[in-house]
Amino acid sequence: MPQIVVEDLVKAYRIAERQPGLWGALRGLARRRHRTVRALDGVSFSIEAGELVGYIGPNGAGKSTTVKTLAGIIVPDGGRCEVRGRVPWKQRLAHVAELGVVFGQRTQLWWDLPVIESFELLRDIYRVPEARYAAARDELIEALELGALLDVPVRQLSLGQRMRCDLAAALLHAPPILFLDEPTIGLDAVSKLAVRDFVRRLCRERGVTVLLTTHDMDDIEALCTRVMVIGAGKILSDGPLAELRARVTRERWLTVDLDDGVGWIDEPEAPVIRRDGNRVCLAFDPQRLPPAELIRRVTSRHAIRDLFVENPPIELIIARLYAAQAQRASGTDADTTAGADGGEDAERASGAGSTGEPGAPP
Amino acid sequence: MNGVRLYLRYAGVSIRSQLQYRASLIMQSVGVFLVTGVEVLAVWALFSRFGQVRGWTLPETALFYGMISIAWALTDALGRGLEVFGAMVKDGELDRLLLRPRGTVLQLLGHELTIRRVGRLAQGCLVLAYALSSPTIAWSAPKVLLVPVAIAGAICTFLGLLVLQATSAFWTTEALEVWNAFTYGGITMGQYPLPIYRSWFRGLFLYVIPLGGVIYLPGVAILGRPDPLGTPALVQWLAPLAGPAFLALSLVAWRVGLRHYRSTGS
Amino acid sequence: MGPYLAIVSARFRMLLQYRAAALAGLWTQVFFGFVLIMVYEAFYRSTDAAPPLPFPQLASYVWLGQALLATLPWNADPEIRAMVRSGAVAYELCRPIDLYALWYARALAWRTAPTLLRALPMTFFSMLVLPWLGLPEWRLAPPTALAGLGFAVTLAAALALSCAITTLIHITLMWTVSGEGIVMLLTALVSLSSGLLIPLPLFPRAVYELLTWLPLAGVADLPYRVYSGGVPPGEIGLVLARQLGWTLALVALGRWLIGRGIRRLVVQGG
Repeated sequence: MPQIVVEDLVKAYRIAERQPGLWGALRGLARRRHRTVRALDGVSFSIEAGELVGYIGPNGAGKSTTVKTLAGIIVPDGGRCEVRGRVPWKQRLAHVAELGVVFGQRTQLWWDLPVIESFELLRDIYRVPEARYAAARDELIEALELGALLDVPVRQLSLGQRMRCDLAAALLHAPPILFLDEPTIGLDAVSKLAVRDFVRRLCRERGVTVLLTTHDMDDIEALCTRVMVIGAGKILSDGPLAELRARVTRERWLTVDLDDGVGWIDEPEAPVIRRDGNRVCLAFDPQRLPPAELIRRVTSRHAIRDLFVENPPIELIIARLYAAQAQRASGTDADTTAGADGGEDAERASGAGSTGEPGAPP
Repeated sequence: MNGVRLYLRYAGVSIRSQLQYRASLIMQSVGVFLVTGVEVLAVWALFSRFGQVRGWTLPETALFYGMISIAWALTDALGRGLEVFGAMVKDGELDRLLLRPRGTVLQLLGHELTIRRVGRLAQGCLVLAYALSSPTIAWSAPKVLLVPVAIAGAICTFLGLLVLQATSAFWTTEALEVWNAFTYGGITMGQYPLPIYRSWFRGLFLYVIPLGGVIYLPGVAILGRPDPLGTPALVQWLAPLAGPAFLALSLVAWRVGLRHYRSTGS
Repeated sequence: MGPYLAIVSARFRMLLQYRAAALAGLWTQVFFGFVLIMVYEAFYRSTDAAPPLPFPQLASYVWLGQALLATLPWNADPEIRAMVRSGAVAYELCRPIDLYALWYARALAWRTAPTLLRALPMTFFSMLVLPWLGLPEWRLAPPTALAGLGFAVTLAAALALSCAITTLIHITLMWTVSGEGIVMLLTALVSLSSGLLIPLPLFPRAVYELLTWLPLAGVADLPYRVYSGGVPPGEIGLVLARQLGWTLALVALGRWLIGRGIRRLVVQGG
């Protein structure tokens, strides 16, 4: 019995349009134009208890609308949604009592209060019995190393410290479900690792169901076995990360550090997609050209200092997924399993990750 | 923990927060006292030049002035959360309120208990003390009780206005100032005896927003003087009840607004 | 001149976007005007003695006060307040422009743009709509040609004076805690002595005489009475002299003070 069930969710917004310039502003006094945005266009998925699911998509794709609907804040226009047997927006008080939410960009703690006092106020708001509160609080303080921070007013905390306190605050009432929205944004490397480690253990050891909304692909790769991608109100992909990759492209990349002063590799089945001094990056389809064969060819013709094979970065995968979906939406036929050729266009369009010049024949 | 106890917890937290900035707090309280004190000077100047206003003397007017000043000072201290609600809708704080298993109005009231408003409270108390010390008032036990009851009625009415103002934030966050006409205009209106105004204006503050009624009518009863409007004594004594009734209606409007917000999203 | 015009235009455009806010503000001020006029009307009817200010002039005074409320130096620009508090004012110091002049221009924009937006509809309402509503005795009477001209000139001077005071307020914000206190003090003082609270002529004679010599009378009271003919044409020059005199004095004070304020901020490293 899944813990979270969503079926054909539909939600549309009306947005007033602003006209530019002084004359447009004066005209805006008389009449306003509106356009309709379909934030959710038939979204369906289900999540079992204890899963750690990543939820990604471009801005405006419908991520926050989905989360708000699941939280019970928003009432959708159509579709079905049940969380632990309840309809979130119909039984808000009971529903949110079992929900923890962390927003990366704003804290729910009281700005001028010492952290521990915020915790106590939350205990009263959530009506947590003293004994249960004390146990949860002590565990969280230990797990997140908050001991030294308890008496510090929230406004004096660093971002990393605040995030750890926000995590604890969201879990004081022991909710079985946790929504995380950009939890590692702006954090330094050490704090990011700490937060990820905590969330992973939370899910594995406590069986807390976690829905992670983020733009940080490292978070996704580190934490999520399952990823849902939303674009323009529709779920584009829902499944294991490897499957997502495979769906978009079989492409893999071979990066070589040349040592022969030429700075160029000419392989017919493996075009250069990036070049930075002596470092050359080739894209190839491992099903047509096995990696071992490609390496053999390159090393036999060039002197090299180092090489490695990798997957294209997740950002590129996602960008191609959106591009394909946009093309589909605009009516053209798109080959979504783009080979090495299609890769350049999408990469240039998305501007993802290129540090050197894009490949060009000599 | 039930609603009242939670509110007291909120209040304690808010007060302690503000006490951290002690110097600024004192300065602001004194500042508010001065600003409101200057208002009294203006009224005094008018009376010293004209002697009376339509048959009402300065001590009599001071009763209305003091009561409404105290009522507004207390409401203003309680209602900061409602006042900034427009900003909360804009920046998403409302969503955080909806994520908590508590009523939204309770959380808004608990947002802040603004101490510096005590400056106006002091002004109101001084003016009221002056009014109540007038030898022309024949005191009785019920009359003594009527003073805080009338003030409470006015507080309910003011809170109702603030709730209505916050409710309109569900539809527009830009036009909230509309309500200032009734709130701040209402304060100025309530400072003077109701009969001095034109009948259509009186009607607004008697039958629609009972701010005039909850202060003037009990005030007349306390002063024990004839009422130019001819209201029966029973009505004068029951008038404060219009306050809670108005507040109840405004809370209904609030629920409608909240439902609208949740259906249309943000 | 160009950049200053651009600032005013930008603010004007921003205000137009919020049409609901504009209407709401208009409504509130009209309502307030009603309350005030009714109170004065009641006082005027309570005695047979001749008032110092004829009622039609009083009504005009009230409406002018509401229409031109934004010109009064009774509050501080929240943007500047935030800028000083956060220390971002340091960026202002990096600009190749006279800081006092920049802040003065800011104050001018902040006071002028909303005034234009509010004054025109309020004038329309109080001059033309009121008689149509059956309340001609409350209306804003149109001025004589000479009075109108004098008003335009003294209003411009009033604006200059008000911005000098406003800039002074902003400068005092650099002394944090005491700055806040001074702003509150000034709010009380301004509402009392500018004519915002009650028209100055209604004060007892001695108080009134004193107040007209203070700078704040030049911000509202004096120009309003020029408008309604309460100041004879010959004396308009004297009014103008008082306004400009105070303006120059306060600008000088402001320039001196801002130097000290900057040095203080730099020393504090804030």
